[in-house]
Amino acid sequence: MTSGNTAPVEEEMSPDSIDGGSEGQLLEIALGPHHPSTHGVFRMDVVLDGERVVKLKPVFGYLHRNHEKIAETASYLSSMPYTDRLDYMCSLTNNWAYALAVEKLAGLQVPERAEYIRVITAELTRLQNHASTIGFLTQEMGASGTPLMYAFREREKILDLFESLTGSRMMCNYMRFGGCRVELPSGWLEQTKKVVEAFPRFLDEYERLLTGNEIFMARAQGVGVLKKELAINAGVTGPMLRASGVNYDIRKVDKYGIYERFDFKIPLGEHGDVYDRYMIRMLEMRESLKILNQALHDIPPGPIMDAKAKIRGFRPPIGEAYGRIESPKGELGFYLISDGSPNPYRYRVRPPSLINLTVLEDMCRDYSVADTIVIFGTVDIVLGEVDR
Amino acid sequence: MLGEGIVKGLAETAKNFFGSYVSKDRLTTVQFPEERLPQAEAARNFPFLVYDGNDCQEGLRCVACQICEKECPPKCIFIEKSKDKKPDYLGKPQFFPAVFNIDVSVCMSCQICVEVCPFDAIEMDTAFELSTDNRFAGLLWRKAQLAKPNEYFHQIHPVASAEVDERLTAAKVKAEAKAKAAADPKPATPTPPHANIEPATTK
Repeated sequence: MTSGNTAPVEEEMSPDSIDGGSEGQLLEIALGPHHPSTHGVFRMDVVLDGERVVKLKPVFGYLHRNHEKIAETASYLSSMPYTDRLDYMCSLTNNWAYALAVEKLAGLQVPERAEYIRVITAELTRLQNHASTIGFLTQEMGASGTPLMYAFREREKILDLFESLTGSRMMCNYMRFGGCRVELPSGWLEQTKKVVEAFPRFLDEYERLLTGNEIFMARAQGVGVLKKELAINAGVTGPMLRASGVNYDIRKVDKYGIYERFDFKIPLGEHGDVYDRYMIRMLEMRESLKILNQALHDIPPGPIMDAKAKIRGFRPPIGEAYGRIESPKGELGFYLISDGSPNPYRYRVRPPSLINLTVLEDMCRDYSVADTIVIFGTVDIVLGEVDR
Repeated sequence: MLGEGIVKGLAETAKNFFGSYVSKDRLTTVQFPEERLPQAEAARNFPFLVYDGNDCQEGLRCVACQICEKECPPKCIFIEKSKDKKPDYLGKPQFFPAVFNIDVSVCMSCQICVEVCPFDAIEMDTAFELSTDNRFAGLLWRKAQLAKPNEYFHQIHPVASAEVDERLTAAKVKAEAKAKAAADPKPATPTPPHANIEPATTK
């Protein structure tokens, strides 16, 4: 136990304040910020009784980049590439949430074709995010390499699509206020259809590899249970909330964009354990494929940009707006206040990763360190979004 | 039976492993430095300044309007406007950048500068191996280093460059017709420097 050297919170966590374990010998260790399983620079201060976690304190801020304040001094358009860097696994959904907020603020209408492109890119983003999340999860369970590489192989195909559309694989910077930046390149839809058609094969392969695997089930079932009530009270959103059995998906609740046109289901979990959170992501990928098939079939020709939209000298009227979408990690929202100037007066991000992290201690208590890593993996955070 | 799932999973990995000897589509990687995949048409990495003709100073399309400098999210562009003017492709006298620097280490390849440029003077390059052993001067690219001919732009972005050329030719034709019409009753009035800032609203 190190002496409380920095914050008073450290004192709070000293062994004296905790009802000790069997021998009263508690060990405080810092998991991270340079721990390979923490998905970036994230620290968990854990108090251990042997292998058992007694207390866990998430410590973040190592990747703080002052995103919100920078956005308040830059023009609306200049913040768009910064939103890519929030949740850098899914830049297109970040773009969408921000564009949605600004469109509400400025009263811009998105043309139908652009809405379809947004749905297609967002669902592709969901596919690759969930695939890599599950890949990382198995990596953290000790299945080193193979499942992660299979997931990355599929992710690669989707990133290639993003590259040919937006010019960048991860920092897409594609959506604009009132539409999308560029028209689909020739052959892109056909290529996407091919990827979407081939994707179920990967899901089946993955299910054969993992879903019935005894080691995986022993590590995942009944571990890290998140109760329904706690999930709701803590404001948890996304696959984590649905794994606990709460039917809440902003695609259904808000019906933003054109989501009311598509026929898809919201998979729900029962137990809220690690296995459910894995299963929810697998099922959500299948539902995303359903949406993609419909969207790729229905996409109409037409303009991709609102004629009223301006690239230079964009000044929305005075007002405030909150745009939220169902990002692969949960409810991603942007709250903007405009004072009529070229830059927002207030710019606030509601990051799903950060808010989902707040229940980490409740899920990890009384589990071993190895389980903590697995539970943490199912929260699916990206530090760029947690710290902003 | 206990272990059935594990055996099934191992069969799957075996299928992938041995399958890679048979079918090429299971081998998804290439040996990078020797073998390279073609880059996408839309690929972008770092901006460059387009010039027409043979002279990289005279032919520069940039008129130092400094919109990109203002809009650049990480503020990596530095422009100093010239004192005198030179004629642009329409024959109008325009300012030109006396200094145009971009910091490679700060640029985040977002393409905002390309979008906001009303003159199609800045475009994205696809070259990505930009490392250097000089971290100060080597990473601050100056005007001469940034200037690249229009032919190069055609080479890396054939579709986008054709669109740009079409737009510029149309503007030129329009300007010539206007000049002709204006020349008959009275000599053409000099256009204010930023008069043609309106075209190209969206890209």
